[in-house]
Amino acid sequence: MPDHTEQRLQQAVQEAHRNTQPLNIIGGGSKAFYGREATGMPLHTAAHRGVVRYDPAELVLSARAGTTVAEVEALLGKENQMLGFEPPRFGRETATLGGMVAAGLAGPRRPYAGAVRDFVLGVKILNGKGEIMRFGGEVMKNVAGFDLARLMAGAMGALGVVLEISLRIIPQPPVEKTLVLEHPQHAAAIALFNRLAARPLPLSAAAWHAGETRLRLSGGAEGVKRAAEAVGGEEDVAGGQFWQRLRDHELPFFQDQRELLRVSAPPAAELGALDAPQLVDWGGAQRWLVGGADGEAVRALVARHGGHVTRFRHGDRRSAIFQPLAAPLHALHLRLKRAFDPAGILNPGRLYRDW
Amino acid sequence: MNRQSLSRHFRQFLPRTSVIDQVESLRAYECDGLSAYRQLPLLVVLPETVEQVRRALRVCRELRVPVVSRGAGTGLSGGALPHAQGIVLSLAKMNQVLEIDPINRTARVQPGVRNLAISEAVKHLGLFYAPDPSSQIACSIGGNVAENAGGVHCLKYGLTVHNIAGLKIATIDGDLVTLGGAALDSAGFDLLALMVGSEGMLAVVVEVTVKLLPCPESASVLLGAFNAVENAADSVASVIAAGIIPAGVEMMDNPAIRAAEDFAGAGYPRDAEAILLCELDGAEGDVGEQVGQVREILRRHGAAHIRVAADPVERARLWSGRKGAFPAIGRISPDYYCIDGTIPRRHLGRVLTEIGRLSGEYGLRVANVFHAGDGNLHPLILYDAARPGELQRTEELGARILELCIEVGGTITGEHGVGVEKIGSMCVQFHPAERAQFHAVREAFDPGRLLNPGKAIPTLARCAEHNAMHVHRGRTRFPDIERF
Repeated sequence: MPDHTEQRLQQAVQEAHRNTQPLNIIGGGSKAFYGREATGMPLHTAAHRGVVRYDPAELVLSARAGTTVAEVEALLGKENQMLGFEPPRFGRETATLGGMVAAGLAGPRRPYAGAVRDFVLGVKILNGKGEIMRFGGEVMKNVAGFDLARLMAGAMGALGVVLEISLRIIPQPPVEKTLVLEHPQHAAAIALFNRLAARPLPLSAAAWHAGETRLRLSGGAEGVKRAAEAVGGEEDVAGGQFWQRLRDHELPFFQDQRELLRVSAPPAAELGALDAPQLVDWGGAQRWLVGGADGEAVRALVARHGGHVTRFRHGDRRSAIFQPLAAPLHALHLRLKRAFDPAGILNPGRLYRDW
Repeated sequence: MNRQSLSRHFRQFLPRTSVIDQVESLRAYECDGLSAYRQLPLLVVLPETVEQVRRALRVCRELRVPVVSRGAGTGLSGGALPHAQGIVLSLAKMNQVLEIDPINRTARVQPGVRNLAISEAVKHLGLFYAPDPSSQIACSIGGNVAENAGGVHCLKYGLTVHNIAGLKIATIDGDLVTLGGAALDSAGFDLLALMVGSEGMLAVVVEVTVKLLPCPESASVLLGAFNAVENAADSVASVIAAGIIPAGVEMMDNPAIRAAEDFAGAGYPRDAEAILLCELDGAEGDVGEQVGQVREILRRHGAAHIRVAADPVERARLWSGRKGAFPAIGRISPDYYCIDGTIPRRHLGRVLTEIGRLSGEYGLRVANVFHAGDGNLHPLILYDAARPGELQRTEELGARILELCIEVGGTITGEHGVGVEKIGSMCVQFHPAERAQFHAVREAFDPGRLLNPGKAIPTLARCAEHNAMHVHRGRTRFPDIERF
């Protein structure tokens, strides 16, 4: 069966390659704010949609890139399954699987279940010459050829237009429970997160904000009950809603219109007070700062601890949104970019200024 | 370049014991775990420091000498097969655990550290390193990264790629590049994912930061015996559909069961057509409940016999048969050849039936062991290399089985890598544009193509030759197959 939307996308990329016409790849537009400023002619992928295959017993789902995350999650929900990395949708029903893979962002469950790249099994892409290619597949284990499928996760479309994705799926846990504890300082919460994570407890989320620590436990009834006793604190019956709002940046903390910084660091890194209101997620491995902080100063501090900083929202999108790369690493990126996209037409400048 | 003059280049900065140039000593490196392929290298170089690795690479780049990196040499696809005009860069002397960080739950280790040694080094903290390839007592973490090694616990705990937090790599230019670290992600492309499984063709791994997980509170193993392979396969699907992710699910067919039982005395029923071993782990009460659920599912699918290991001794005994399956086959056949295809589990019945038919067609016995949870099949072809032409027929049967795996939407290798062994089958799995993309990626790292040349990614010429040979066999390829 000819696939018209795929053919149209291929023709558009081939033509752009011939004319060296930069493209701005757009799925549902839910993450249009993310990364450096988009330039180039819009290339819309949302019409290329539909679930190709879903077999709950195989724990694999394949769908075209324009399929919405909402549609996929609804389908999985019917089988008591889910996307393990809880991708943020930023309040939009339009967020697509393609954008989800390209941005590579994950929600509160990430430290305990894995990132987008951990669940990507295979992709079908268009490279910058408009060639259709498949990497990976629909099986859990596959080491044939370089792992170019996972490489697409977080590449912001710079290496290829994602056409189709196969994802590993996980079952929903039978029981979930959120506990809330009080910690005036985030350092105490982070210390607790890391102590708990070293024990065989069914942790599935750990966050701190404004003196409140929340921990989510997911698993069998007995394991969750015993873990809750070990953790202590009070049950937060509205916990499910809290995690959803954290995931989609709907908490009041994220409504601030000043610059939002995302700090990714080793979970126990002691970064000091960091002169800004803070929200700690991922058991300490992801920290959000809003307003007040000097982005470049935070960057230097975090880099010393082995982490990196993204100027996530409301910053100057012509500046360095992502942490600058060391020279040999940057050179590798540039050569890799050229290997996929010799004319430099796929989302140029969205990740780094010069490519 | 001859052996002696090349040797002098390395002796300028390496101790005498770190440069092997005597033919009798080089023999130890002529093959890896796939001994059907052998080749003497010009030299073996064994650096002890990152600085020495970088200098060695610069020498090779300057003199245009191919470099084959090698860990413990346990690989099963000939990935560490030496190059006649090149050096073997052995990382075996770089075998120190550099740092254990119990708070961030990571360990920084050198590439020559053995897989099992990591878990042993952190056991006192109640932590472990999850991927456990069957060679874990001997294989090195650097080799695990190169091959994206799996093991029996992948379905729940993931492969090497899911359990590595960071790498330090040396490029062919001798540059040192850090990828990832103890944070959960890093800026830029996910080169960490790209490096894992790249079979030593992009860079040399000189340091690995692994993730450590808390040891599960309890574990239990069930054995189910079936009169039909399909029933065993259906049970696995039902377990997973019930929302249970076992720590491991292994399946064996009758020839494998009998060989394993004769070898290990694990208590497997010799007349069963298939057995399943299902390990469940987690919180104590939950494991007990899941054991009950799985037992019921196995019963419903017609298991003739179900046993639950009551204690760690019994559990180890049940596993002993599976873990000894390869040597067990080695006892009943002069030689055996292990296939590593992976398929969507729903096609297991069809694939096993077809393997049975092919086994008859080629007149070669096949025993099947199977990582049933993740679809990774290990058909073992029994042969005798002493009989003229038998190895060749074995390899041809192997290639036919791999084509079958591709046909049902699977892959030619789940965890052993392509190496030299499956390079022809890569021509079937990937079309020319895809293979050209692989080469372009490789050249972004190594424009002179000096790192492990001739492995993993076939050249255009190699595939032309491969396809010509197959056309000669008079069968159509699968031009229109859906490979997803």
